[in-house]
Amino acid sequence: MIKNKIYANLIRELAITDFKLKYKGSFFGYLWSLVKPLLLFLVLYTVFTKIFKLGNSIPDYPVYLLLGITLWGFFAETTNLCMNSIVGRGDLIRKVYFPKLILPVSSSISSLITLVLNLFVVFGFALYTHVPLTINLLLLPLVILEFYVLVLGVSFFLASLFVRFRDVGHIWDVLLQALFYATPIIYPLTLVPNRLLKIIMLNPVAQIIQDFRRIVISPKIESSVSVNGIVLGLFPYVFTVVVFIVGYFIFQKMAVKFAEEV
Amino acid sequence: MATKDNKKTSDKREVAMKIENISKTFRIPHEKHTSLKSAALNAFEKKTYEEFVALKDVSFEVKKGEFFGIIGRNGSGKSTLLKILAGIYMPGKGKVDIKGKLSPFLELGVGFNPELTGRENIFLGGAVLGLSKKEIEGNFDKIVAFSELEEFVDMKFKNFSSGMQVRLAFALSIFAHADILLMDEVLAVGDSNFQTKCMDEFSRYKKEGKTVVLVSHSMDSIEKHCDRVLYLEKGKIKGVGNAIKMVNIYNMDNVSYQEGKEEVEGSGNKNAKIMVDKKATIEKAEFLDKDLKNRKIFITGDKMTIRVHYKVNNSIKLPVFGIAIYKDMEQIVYGTGNERRGVVFKSIDPGRGYVDFIFEQMPLLEGSYQVSVAIGSKAGLIEKQDRKYPLKFNNGKIRDYGALSLTPKVKLSVKNTLTK
Repeated sequence: MIKNKIYANLIRELAITDFKLKYKGSFFGYLWSLVKPLLLFLVLYTVFTKIFKLGNSIPDYPVYLLLGITLWGFFAETTNLCMNSIVGRGDLIRKVYFPKLILPVSSSISSLITLVLNLFVVFGFALYTHVPLTINLLLLPLVILEFYVLVLGVSFFLASLFVRFRDVGHIWDVLLQALFYATPIIYPLTLVPNRLLKIIMLNPVAQIIQDFRRIVISPKIESSVSVNGIVLGLFPYVFTVVVFIVGYFIFQKMAVKFAEEV
Repeated sequence: MATKDNKKTSDKREVAMKIENISKTFRIPHEKHTSLKSAALNAFEKKTYEEFVALKDVSFEVKKGEFFGIIGRNGSGKSTLLKILAGIYMPGKGKVDIKGKLSPFLELGVGFNPELTGRENIFLGGAVLGLSKKEIEGNFDKIVAFSELEEFVDMKFKNFSSGMQVRLAFALSIFAHADILLMDEVLAVGDSNFQTKCMDEFSRYKKEGKTVVLVSHSMDSIEKHCDRVLYLEKGKIKGVGNAIKMVNIYNMDNVSYQEGKEEVEGSGNKNAKIMVDKKATIEKAEFLDKDLKNRKIFITGDKMTIRVHYKVNNSIKLPVFGIAIYKDMEQIVYGTGNERRGVVFKSIDPGRGYVDFIFEQMPLLEGSYQVSVAIGSKAGLIEKQDRKYPLKFNNGKIRDYGALSLTPKVKLSVKNTLTK
């Protein structure tokens, strides 16, 4: 009990430090984590409504797009941060004993806080564009929890591999690029051919982003269950849990040697 | 010697740490696979790596409230051992049993971030040391006061002078409430003023009955603070026991290590100390008093016998036994050998025996002495144990100083008197 309390304090202090250091020396500081997805949103919005006219086919495309970008940003940033969390704190690991799980967890927490703050900006934007916010929003914490579990699972896996193989960093870069286009972030699912759609919706990130949109924008938006049926439709949820458990055990198994290898 | 000391301390005090047969081997690959490609390409090849044995079968106990030192030359496994005790490394084999709360840190200022202010670093560093937020807040003023940084606490850590950084780190570490503290070369930093503060803290630990395990190259601080010392050599225990004794052995080993190096460098030297197949060895040397009792402390003028025990493997013709007496490890006071004394032994057959050097009245004055003993033959030196045997002399009634009691008579002669 006491131990857990102490480690909770360590997680918090490390998360605060990460948060402080991230914006240290920049004039706008924390504002950047709000402004960055907004700027990206402006670029993509312009491209896909004025040039490709892709967005015009679905209602509330601005909120649809902004939500997608915000969530993707969280996924990409957090997995990258966590991947570096062990190697980046090698000095600490070699000199103090503490459960190594603390490092990816503390790295992810500041991103999680940023995500929640950003979501409020999305809500504001939704109200501004006359998207009605409903009681369904109460379900949001559940989806956020699932997203966080997925991100942590992937991060455990990446962080422990990265200690031994530094290529993982580059590989993950490329994979993230591919995943960005394989996930319905900028395009509406209605434009995807049916067979491809089924595959796309097996991806838990796609399932999560769609669930967010169903809650924030409209329950009519496709979900993994509505695309793949009740059995395959549950695959992303199960996959998330499996990734977390496998990632956790791989991490714990390799953590014993982090101090020697890092 | 080690067992004797263990018995002495096997009193009612509880055991704080019990280390049983721990070994640690590091694998050093010839080519480290830090990339997936090379790992994949080499997956089916036989991996080539060298094994480096950092620790081998190390067992010892530390009692509660004890100041326990770990010494040894660079690369002897001290830090690896400390890291295993702290839980940072897993031992390859063996068991570590620790009773009580262990401080998780080995060095001062672990976790400090140069970009943060002193205040922020107190909270961060405190968390790394396992303090709760409440404890840090409660002790904040004390920490700042102890480190004498009241005016600078909101300055960035990177702009602190190194002295300030160390002071803050040390102040914080004091509040890490642990029963067992592990410290790696902590005393090597800071000015003398700060070191005095450290000493005071150490005395406080002692009073509070805390257990401290200290790794250091500074034999002075080891001798000063530690009750018992573990001496590691190439990952193995060379000895555990009384601090002063272990430090003495360590110092002597270092002297002979350096001498050995010099001899190897001057190759072909017939005095080469290390001979592959030794014809004879010196088993030990003893100091006996007039009743032939083994003693380490004598009084100036006592009868003393230096007894050199030998073991001969192949018969030696015209063997030579030599002794030399040093004062304070450096100054040679006296040296001799059987030939120099006009005594010739024709030969010694394989077996054991001893040679006595009898001093009817040993004229050494108060101080610490070390005795070297050597065995050789016509062909050259076979074994020399350099300054290995410590010896102490007390003056008794004599008030002279130096190394030798040279009992001169003092006479006054008045030639004439000047009168006015």
